[in-house]
Amino acid sequence: MIESMEAITFSSFILPPSSFNNMRHTLSIVVADQPGELSRIVGLFSARGFNIETLSVGQTPDPHWSRVTVVTRGDDRTIEQIVKQCSRLARVREVLDVTMQPHIEREMALIDVEATPGAMRQEVLSLVAVFRAKVVDISQTGMIIEASGNKEKVEAFIELLRPMGVRDITRTGCIAIGRLSNEVASVAAGV
Amino acid sequence: MSAQPHTLIPAANVPLADAIQEPRGAEILIEALLHEGVDSIFGYPGGAVLHIYDELWRARDRVTHYLVRHEQGAVHMAEGYARASGRVGVALVTSGPGATNAMTGIANAYMDSTPIVVITGQVPTPLIGTDAFQEVDTVGITRSCVKHNYLVRDVRDLAPVVHEAFHLARTGRPGPIVIDIPKDVSAARASYSRLKHISFPLIERKWPPDPRAVAEAAVAILKAERPVMYVGGGIVNSGAAEALLALAEELQLPVTPTLMGLGGFPSAHPLCLNMLGMHGTYAANMAVAESDLLIAVGVRFDDRVTGKLATFAPQAKVIHIDIDPANVGKNRTPEMSLVADAREALCALQAEIKSFGQPHIDRSVKRRAVWWERIREWQLQQPLRFTGSGDHIKPQTVIRELHRLTNGDALIATDVGQHQMWAAQFYPFKRSRQWITSGGLGAMGYGVPAAIGAQLVLGDQMVVAVVGDGGFQMTNQELAMAVQYDLPIKVLIMNNGYLGMVRQWQEMFYERAYSEVDLSVSPDFVKLAEAYGAFGVRATRPDELSDVLSAGLSHKGIAVMDIVVSKEENVFPIVPAGGNSRDMIVHSEGV
Repeated sequence: MIESMEAITFSSFILPPSSFNNMRHTLSIVVADQPGELSRIVGLFSARGFNIETLSVGQTPDPHWSRVTVVTRGDDRTIEQIVKQCSRLARVREVLDVTMQPHIEREMALIDVEATPGAMRQEVLSLVAVFRAKVVDISQTGMIIEASGNKEKVEAFIELLRPMGVRDITRTGCIAIGRLSNEVASVAAGV
Repeated sequence: MSAQPHTLIPAANVPLADAIQEPRGAEILIEALLHEGVDSIFGYPGGAVLHIYDELWRARDRVTHYLVRHEQGAVHMAEGYARASGRVGVALVTSGPGATNAMTGIANAYMDSTPIVVITGQVPTPLIGTDAFQEVDTVGITRSCVKHNYLVRDVRDLAPVVHEAFHLARTGRPGPIVIDIPKDVSAARASYSRLKHISFPLIERKWPPDPRAVAEAAVAILKAERPVMYVGGGIVNSGAAEALLALAEELQLPVTPTLMGLGGFPSAHPLCLNMLGMHGTYAANMAVAESDLLIAVGVRFDDRVTGKLATFAPQAKVIHIDIDPANVGKNRTPEMSLVADAREALCALQAEIKSFGQPHIDRSVKRRAVWWERIREWQLQQPLRFTGSGDHIKPQTVIRELHRLTNGDALIATDVGQHQMWAAQFYPFKRSRQWITSGGLGAMGYGVPAAIGAQLVLGDQMVVAVVGDGGFQMTNQELAMAVQYDLPIKVLIMNNGYLGMVRQWQEMFYERAYSEVDLSVSPDFVKLAEAYGAFGVRATRPDELSDVLSAGLSHKGIAVMDIVVSKEENVFPIVPAGGNSRDMIVHSEGV
């Protein structure tokens, strides 16, 4: 999403943190896996002037249904409208604002960063270790790093890499899943 | 197949025999439409729908196709048919320009929640995406103004799609459905049986009134000192007029209908304050402004009703009843809401209120005596009025005279503009579905085709298209269609030689700079009517009005009444866009 790239590269760090009225919400939309259904959702956002920060789509356990995860911003009324308008679509089965409930959010980034052999490469590798990221490709001049985590973690990582010379970034956008209701189990699993 | 040994058909021949008997997509479509009870289709042929028209020819004894003169007319006729009957209207157009011409009607049906199914032809599937002749991405361009749409890529999906489309069109908040059928799909063969289930698990959305919300609302209504019922198209769509009347009478509640709600409550009823909003009555707008409880039923707090939202009904708590959850809280956040069918909700409310017992109800009614005094004062202070006629026919007089001559029984379809507002103000409606107008979209050209569609439903009963000289010229070619099928609509043109509503705004808000609103060069509408084979008649002086209207209305066939009205008449009251009832200009002396 073009909007999301702009948000990431500029606004997230230059603009002051958004007010409460413009909170970030993660919506999970279950829609029929049929041609054109995604564009119905995306079209609804643009037609009604809602914003999309990130968007990702994938299959649910039932292959007839896809889950669309949208990160958007807005005040409570706007978010309520988005949920209701999406729910109106004939092929949308469920719309959840997962923000308000215990959930886990992740996104992944592939970062192409300059890292010439020597101190620079060591510096990048130490950041990779701290952020529990992964080197997935390497050359004389640079590396491609796979990082995942919530938005804040991924963005902090990118910011720390930026002085080294980030050549390209690809981000998946956010995906989310509700936490298991059993809190003890979640803690035990070390999440 | 039967496995009995005495079967006469050799097993090897069975697939072949079946293949021969399998119907084409076009035939499946017609059968599916017939199963849905379709008796009339408004359409216009073209390359991509040739197979369908071929089947229509074969099925001409079972379903009547009406050949329109422009695809916009086809969809408006389907809308008029749907609005007058409460059934789903059907339009059939070809690909490309057929589909784009139909767009206005589709958008109109979407804005006004009218149940229609529009079938569009599409280029053959192998050509989709190649910029083929008469190709447009119909599902793409209609997506944002349909309730749902389909591109049928496999003939086996066709019947289930049609059945689902009709179900979607008429359930919940009604709306338009587009079915785009590529030419090779209407040619392909498949078996047809009326499937009980549809191709995809339909997500049923039913909203029975929540008993707790009903109880809460009932208490609020009983306690309210200055309640107003603000009712809209949802009353008409859900057939809630009776339930509304019963509840309003039980509790002596003032009722103000929106433009789309006209007819949902009898205009002449003593509880009726008549229309609210931009051109609503003084009493209705004042009552809303001072109300402490707004009971909003089947409405969406449209800007033409609310003006400036922040100051709309500022003292009122709101109970919002609507079948579309997205309408609730979209513009105004209600204190209480009931997502439900209007009729079910009103019945539940009345039952709940009754359970409190008559003494409670009596006390509640008594508490509102002061409120009614207030309302009666407003009504006396500022009734709908207009200045005397002089040498020119006053447009308001035309509507009053039309009302008198039709005993208030005619179905009125209108175009968009000043004449529409005058018709809304000065023709008291008796029943639901007596008033058909383009509300949300404000589509000029709606009146004549919508009247034709309605006439088909009403048979011999009087249907009058009240139009302006501007809008009439957008779709007047459909007179040919009306003549062809002998659909005896009466067209009343309020001819002021201007695009009147725009001119009024230019007069009031743009220092009388009458930019591009002069329509004084128009055809002779009487001769035009005659050219179409209709009856034409004209009035230019007040003393001619009655006779001319009588002549037109009593004509057996299609009649066009060209009523030349005073050129610079304005619609009052008017709440300027973005204003509130305090900004209301009640009559011309107030300007």
